[in-house]
Amino acid sequence: MSVTLVHKSETNCNFAKNSTTIPNNNLRQSGRQTMVFENQPKVIGKMSIVGQKEGKGPMGQYFDKVLTDDKQGEKCFENSEIRMLTDAVKGATASAKLQIKDVNLLLSGDLLNQITSSSYVARNLGIPYIGVYSACSTMTACLAMGAALVNSGYCQTVACSTASHFATAERQFRYPLEYGCQRPPYAQWTVTGAGCSILSSQGNGPRITMATIGKVIDFGTNDLNNMGAAMAPAAMDTMLALFKENSLSPADFDLIITGDLGKLGSDILRDLMREQGYGLGRNYIDCGNMMYYNEQNCYQGGSGAACSASVFNSYILDKMEKGEYSKVAYLATGALMSTQSCYQGETIPCISHAVVIER
Amino acid sequence: MSDNLSPKEEARNTRYAEYVNAVSPQNNARKSIFHSFWIGGLTCSIAQAVGDLYAIFMPQLSKDMIASLTSMTIIAIAILFTGLGFFDAIARVGGAGSFLPITGFANAMASASMEFKTEGLIMGTSVKLFSVVGPVVVNGIVWSTVAGIARYLIGVI
Repeated sequence: MSVTLVHKSETNCNFAKNSTTIPNNNLRQSGRQTMVFENQPKVIGKMSIVGQKEGKGPMGQYFDKVLTDDKQGEKCFENSEIRMLTDAVKGATASAKLQIKDVNLLLSGDLLNQITSSSYVARNLGIPYIGVYSACSTMTACLAMGAALVNSGYCQTVACSTASHFATAERQFRYPLEYGCQRPPYAQWTVTGAGCSILSSQGNGPRITMATIGKVIDFGTNDLNNMGAAMAPAAMDTMLALFKENSLSPADFDLIITGDLGKLGSDILRDLMREQGYGLGRNYIDCGNMMYYNEQNCYQGGSGAACSASVFNSYILDKMEKGEYSKVAYLATGALMSTQSCYQGETIPCISHAVVIER
Repeated sequence: MSDNLSPKEEARNTRYAEYVNAVSPQNNARKSIFHSFWIGGLTCSIAQAVGDLYAIFMPQLSKDMIASLTSMTIIAIAILFTGLGFFDAIARVGGAGSFLPITGFANAMASASMEFKTEGLIMGTSVKLFSVVGPVVVNGIVWSTVAGIARYLIGVI
């Protein structure tokens, strides 16, 4: 049995021109969870924007743009997040030497209810759009889906983006900004920022060769402040799937990065992986752990969708283009709870998606 | 909680919870207590000083009036600090020392009213004003009612 998809429009996702017949017996999967992209979509453009605090952190010099005012003169922080994400998508498109109308599809998500920031960005830009919610792992979810669409030929150029803002996340998930409360030492700090990658079948850039879609993993943690401990098992599960299904080991990668586990979470992940027989050495880093200096009072480090998206679209891709890293596994992790579900006594379900990028 | 966990998964979760508890850093209790005592103590000393000054400069006022004026002054200062954006910095160090006195209540209401101003005065500020202090108000009323009834009943007996 075979399936042929045909679409009439020439302007949007170019189904008619690029439609291919996919035989059912030739699934491009190497195991249950991993997709292998033989056409290897390329990351041809990128842009990262961060807030003031992140700009003062250790990664500050690598970001494309550092905001001087987290509100950017807008009337609310939500508008600032929208503007940041719009700038990231526009900047990434420009860095790929394309125009907004050349982008076939925008895959985007954020942390706000009903992913409004992404939808308003899509409204403002007028690009075909699919909203993606995968909490802080939105970036890898978008990259995996974007790569699959580009690889199969249904789309030529896909923009994958995400944003988060400390002030908007704080108001939605915790307390008002100026409310004086103490956080436990294992808490994390939501990164203000946005990141966008442009994937294309044409052009030059690091290639996405594999993606491992994660399962929802819940080890029964219910502390809303201890996200690192909640998400580490999800990262472990996806990492194990990536390694086992493709006969890989940590030594096969120049760099393994996780999204926002923070100091505590990344230490837990090292322990969990050691228990499974994989030692994560010096080639393992966590974006949340690298985002702030200790004296910036961010406890275990950064979190939020933009945490890994901004680091990936600056530091990681820059170093790959310069040739310092040639094979990178990028696993962003996300916690899929809501504030209601936790007050109703549910535990925190977590997910992690992995993409493998090669030079 | 989901009820469909297998015994193996439950054992895994228990083991993981124990492990997480062991590795998660905890607040230093002595340090926290020290900071909350001096910040709470300082707040109360300032309030006492304000009360004493009122008593000196306005000797015609009654004791009750001075107490009310003092509370109002301290609340105003706490709201001013919240608006200027450094109350949360004090509270991060002070903990219970900053939120137990009336300053904490003022901060919680002021921060909520500032935060939700973007949704308008009715649907934003008015609806969300008590979002943080709601539990304090409700429990204050409920338990003081219970205490009042208990006192009355004891008096009757």
